[in-house]
Amino acid sequence: MTLVLDGPAQIGGQPLFPPLRLTLREGEWLTLLGPSGVGKTTLLRLIGGLPVGAEFTGRITGRRPVALMAQDPGLMPWATVAANITLGSKLRGEAPDRVRLAEVLERTGLAPHAARRPGQLSGGQRQRVALARVLMEDRPLVLLDEPFSALDVGLRLKMQDLAAELLRGRTVMMISHDPGEAARLSDRICLMSPAGLEDIAAPAGPGPRAPDAPEVLACAHVLLTRLVALA
Amino acid sequence: MIRALVTTLILLALWQGLILATGLPPFLLPSPQAVAGALWTHRGELAPAFARTLAEVIAGFALGTLIGMGLALAMAASGRVRRWLGPMVVFSQTIPIFALAPILTLWLGYGMAPKLAVVALVTFFPVASAFHDGLARVPQARLDLARVMGAGRWAGLLRIRLPSALPDLATGLRLAAVLAPVGAVIGEWVGGSEGLGAVMLHANGRMRIDLVFASLALVVMLSLGFQRIIAGQIAARLERFAG
Repeated sequence: MTLVLDGPAQIGGQPLFPPLRLTLREGEWLTLLGPSGVGKTTLLRLIGGLPVGAEFTGRITGRRPVALMAQDPGLMPWATVAANITLGSKLRGEAPDRVRLAEVLERTGLAPHAARRPGQLSGGQRQRVALARVLMEDRPLVLLDEPFSALDVGLRLKMQDLAAELLRGRTVMMISHDPGEAARLSDRICLMSPAGLEDIAAPAGPGPRAPDAPEVLACAHVLLTRLVALA
Repeated sequence: MIRALVTTLILLALWQGLILATGLPPFLLPSPQAVAGALWTHRGELAPAFARTLAEVIAGFALGTLIGMGLALAMAASGRVRRWLGPMVVFSQTIPIFALAPILTLWLGYGMAPKLAVVALVTFFPVASAFHDGLARVPQARLDLARVMGAGRWAGLLRIRLPSALPDLATGLRLAAVLAPVGAVIGEWVGGSEGLGAVMLHANGRMRIDLVFASLALVVMLSLGFQRIIAGQIAARLERFAG
C-alpha cells in the first residue's frame, strides 16, 4: 500500500513547507535531497510518528511501523552489540529472536563483535550496528536520516553497498545531502525546496550502482546543479 | 598522593609558624603536636564518636540518595508530579539547616533519627537535581528509537532514560558526599551526646580547644575518605557503565 503525506507545515505561524504531496510506493527506495532547513527531517519524522517542532496540517495515509537509522547511530553505550541490536524486543517486553539475531550478526559482519560495547567500535562499525538493528526490527518501512554523512568517503561507499544489499526489496525513505549517494541507491529521487517537491529521474535498474557509472555521474550532476541553484 | 602530603605539611608548618609568630596561647590555638597528643589521649572517646558519625554519614547518605533518585524518577515519569513536587523540593532547600536541625531533634528525639534526617535533607537535593537533569536531557536519537520501537513509558524510562542519566547521577552523588559529613556534624552539634560533633561541642564548653581540633581533624579525615570512596568506587563505576 502506498504511503501518502499531503499538506503544509508551519513553525510559529511561519510556513515551513508549502502544501505538498509525498508518495512512497511499496518496495521502492526514495531519497529526499534539498538545502538545510526546508523541512526534510520534519517530513521524515512525521512519517515515523516522531515529535516535530512544526505544526503539520494535512493528512498522512498508509502509515506503518518504521525502523529508524540516523546520523547519530543512537547506540546504548552500556549495552553490548547484541543487546543493542535486540533493543526493540527488550523495550516491548518480548523475548529476542536468537536465531534471527545470529543471522543478522552474520549478514552485517558483526558476529565477532557481538559481545563488545559501542565504545570499543569504530565509527563504521557503529553504523553497522545501527543497520543491524534496523534489520532485526524488520519493519515495513525503513527511515534513514543522513545515515552515512559522518563517515569518510571509502567507508561511506562500503556502507551504502551493505545497506543497499541488506535492505533490498524494502520500502526505504532516505534523507541525504550527497548527490552521489542519492544517484547510487535510489529508485526515486525527490528534490525538496521552499517551493515544494520535485521529482528528479533516478538512473534505471536496482541499486547499488557503481559510483562512477556514467548514468550515476550524470544523475549526480543534475542534482548538484539543482542544489547549487537553490543555495 | 605526594601533592596531598606536601600540602598537608605546608599547612602544618604554617599553623606552627603562626603560633610561633603571634605567641597565641594554647587555649586559643593549640599547636599541631598538642592536637596530635589530644587525638591519642582521648582515643577512647574519639574512636566511638568517629564510628558513630561515620554510621550517620553512611546511613543518611544512603537515605538521601534513595529519596533523591525516587523524586527524580517520579518527576521524570510524570509532568504532574514534577509541577507539584518541583517547587517543594526547591522550598526544602530554602530553610537554613542550622535552624531546622533543633526542630528535627525536638520531633525525632536525641537518637540517630534526627541526624539521619539532616544528612538526608542536605544530600537528597543534589542527587535529585542532577539525576532529574540527566533524565530530562537524554540524547534525542535514543528517545526517537524508544518511540519507533514501541516502548511504553516505563520501559523507555527504565531502559533508556535511567541508564542514560547515570553519569549525571554520579555528579549528584559526588556533591552529596561532600555535604553528608557536614550535615551529620550539624545534627550532632544541635542535639545529642554522641558523635564527633557532640565531642566538639562539649570540649568547646570545657575550653578543651586541643580536643576540639582533634575532633575537627577526624571530621576532615572522615569527609575526605567518604568522598574518595563515593567518587572512586560508585560515581566512577556509574560513569564507566553508561559511557
